[in-house]
Amino acid sequence: MLNVENLHVRLEEEDKAILKGVTLSVGAGEVHAVMGPNGSGKSTLSYVLAGRDGYAVTEGSAALDDLDLLGLEPEERAAAGLFLAFQYPVEIPGVGNMTFLRTALNAQRKARGEDEVNAADFLRLVREKARTLNIDAEMLKRPINVGFSGGEKKRNEILQMAVLEPRMCILDETDSGLDVDAMKLVAEGVNALRGPERSFLVITHYQRLLDHIRPDVVHIMADGQIVATGGPELALEVETNGYADLLKSVA
Amino acid sequence: MAAPAPRPEAGGLLDAWPAPEGEAGWAAAARRRAAERLLARGAPGRRDEYWRFTNPANLLALPAAPAEVLAEDATPIFEAIDRLRLVFVDGVFAPELSDAPELDGVEIEPLASALAKDIHWAREAFGALEARGQEPVDRPFATLNTARAREGIAIRVTGRAARPVSLVYLRRDAGADVQVRHVLRLEAGADLTLIETGAGAARFNQVLEAEIGEGAALHHVRTQGRDHDRRAATALFARLGPAATFKSFTLTLNGRLTRNEAVIEFAGDDAVAHVAGACVGDGDFHHDDTVFISHGALGCESRQVFKKVLRAGAVGVFQGKILVRPVAQKTDGYQISQALLLDDDSQFLAKPELEIYADDVACSHGSTCGAVDEHMLFYLTSRGIPRAEAEELLVLAFLDEAIAEIEDARIAAGMRERLAAWLARRRG
Repeated sequence: MLNVENLHVRLEEEDKAILKGVTLSVGAGEVHAVMGPNGSGKSTLSYVLAGRDGYAVTEGSAALDDLDLLGLEPEERAAAGLFLAFQYPVEIPGVGNMTFLRTALNAQRKARGEDEVNAADFLRLVREKARTLNIDAEMLKRPINVGFSGGEKKRNEILQMAVLEPRMCILDETDSGLDVDAMKLVAEGVNALRGPERSFLVITHYQRLLDHIRPDVVHIMADGQIVATGGPELALEVETNGYADLLKSVA
Repeated sequence: MAAPAPRPEAGGLLDAWPAPEGEAGWAAAARRRAAERLLARGAPGRRDEYWRFTNPANLLALPAAPAEVLAEDATPIFEAIDRLRLVFVDGVFAPELSDAPELDGVEIEPLASALAKDIHWAREAFGALEARGQEPVDRPFATLNTARAREGIAIRVTGRAARPVSLVYLRRDAGADVQVRHVLRLEAGADLTLIETGAGAARFNQVLEAEIGEGAALHHVRTQGRDHDRRAATALFARLGPAATFKSFTLTLNGRLTRNEAVIEFAGDDAVAHVAGACVGDGDFHHDDTVFISHGALGCESRQVFKKVLRAGAVGVFQGKILVRPVAQKTDGYQISQALLLDDDSQFLAKPELEIYADDVACSHGSTCGAVDEHMLFYLTSRGIPRAEAEELLVLAFLDEAIAEIEDARIAAGMRERLAAWLARRRG
């Protein structure tokens, strides 16, 4: 599904290398977790995959199936089935949540040569998905993320994921700023979307999210590289001993 | 106050527009006074403080440059709104194209006939607010309009108008250079929505005077037409009595040059005035909002919200002043002007001013100018919305704060549709 090969990335504005040869491969239906200390490059990896400006890829590749992601615009990546749940979802005053979601869904469908979804069907679809995420209709009517609590913003990300039905979902610290109940709700939303044709890359600081979203593979990232890969037990090790021990043993 | 800089002579302008004949003595006298005032004060020049950002040369040049007449819209704006239509063709009232001017609680009279009779209220109103509005800054185009405009409508409202009055300006002649003058008076407790649509003329000098009585409400909404080459100098004079309400919104799409002035005077306590505008300019486009609000009574609220989206060399100007006189305690004044520049070639020139002589007031102002927010753009595109479309969503969102000032939801919806269509046309 997602193949990242020796990816080197630096900031465009300054000569600072962030990713220094990241390689990982997420198979169809798999859930991979990426853990690592602050500044290890986890969020940069998610932004580069989603196509955010400001980064220069100096070496390596990233592909979604046989599609070269790095040559595509963000909207083309989305239409191809890539989705990034933001660590800090952006507030956009003046653009209604529903308008936004419908525009996005239909733009993606159009790009794939599919028929647009009409207003009535769309409303039904969103209401159904929103109910399972405990998102009320009032929230849908508001401008994108404006005045939303941290938990509401994250649930809104998962709602977008549920409506857009991407194949490759990247969750960038979706657990940050959430209390236990909100995290459970978000995790349930993610778990409901798991399936043989949908893969996840879950970026997180803490192991606790992985209690709710069980990963198949855990990667540890440090200083722009993946330094360890293993099963869920690797996450537990981090939880018990911290990153320092692990990084020492790798070095 | 600084002595006015020497101005270009205005006699040529007066000569170009012969004085109307056959009017009542009071009207002819008002015309004469205005002409004398204009001669004494002169035409606007670049050295005038309030013409620094906008060159008046093309508003003064004789003859006016022609402007191509665009085909009318297949679905004119506000078509779905039940309204009384008064149609002007090249600035000339066309009764045969208009609805019968009959509306309960509203007296409607073409300007020429109002000025030919001795109508008490018209006599008091015509030219009065324009003359008061010359302090502290001269408004020579409005003075010229008082001296010479023959066309327009005089409206007196005594009750709650059941439907809006809609002034529709159609164009036929590419070279039309016209002056239109409307005079409104709302008696105590009256309520009217006035809609203006259309480009008016190649060069359009338009003045609206509105005297708004105690507890009366005037809602004014206009769209200035999408003809590329047109030029306009408009002035809106409103005086509010106690607890009166005045809300005005203007949407401007295209136009080589637009100068919209608004002069609002609070003459009674607890009145509310909101002036708002949204404009979108692409290329050879210069749009100037010049607003002067004078608080001369207790506890009044004024609010200015102006938004401009500019690209490909378009220029936006905002000059907004709030004057709070010593008597105007408990004034609540707010002013925001913002521009969204879609490229590096565009320009926004803003001059916000507060002049406050009362000590118990709440006044605030802000002005910003910037590009489309890249974080927002990335968020939208990351969901699959193409960049151009995402930018449009953000442009509409930016302008929406001004459109939200319109109370009537149907009218606001019409404005949003018009803007979206304009943007879609740009996209091609």
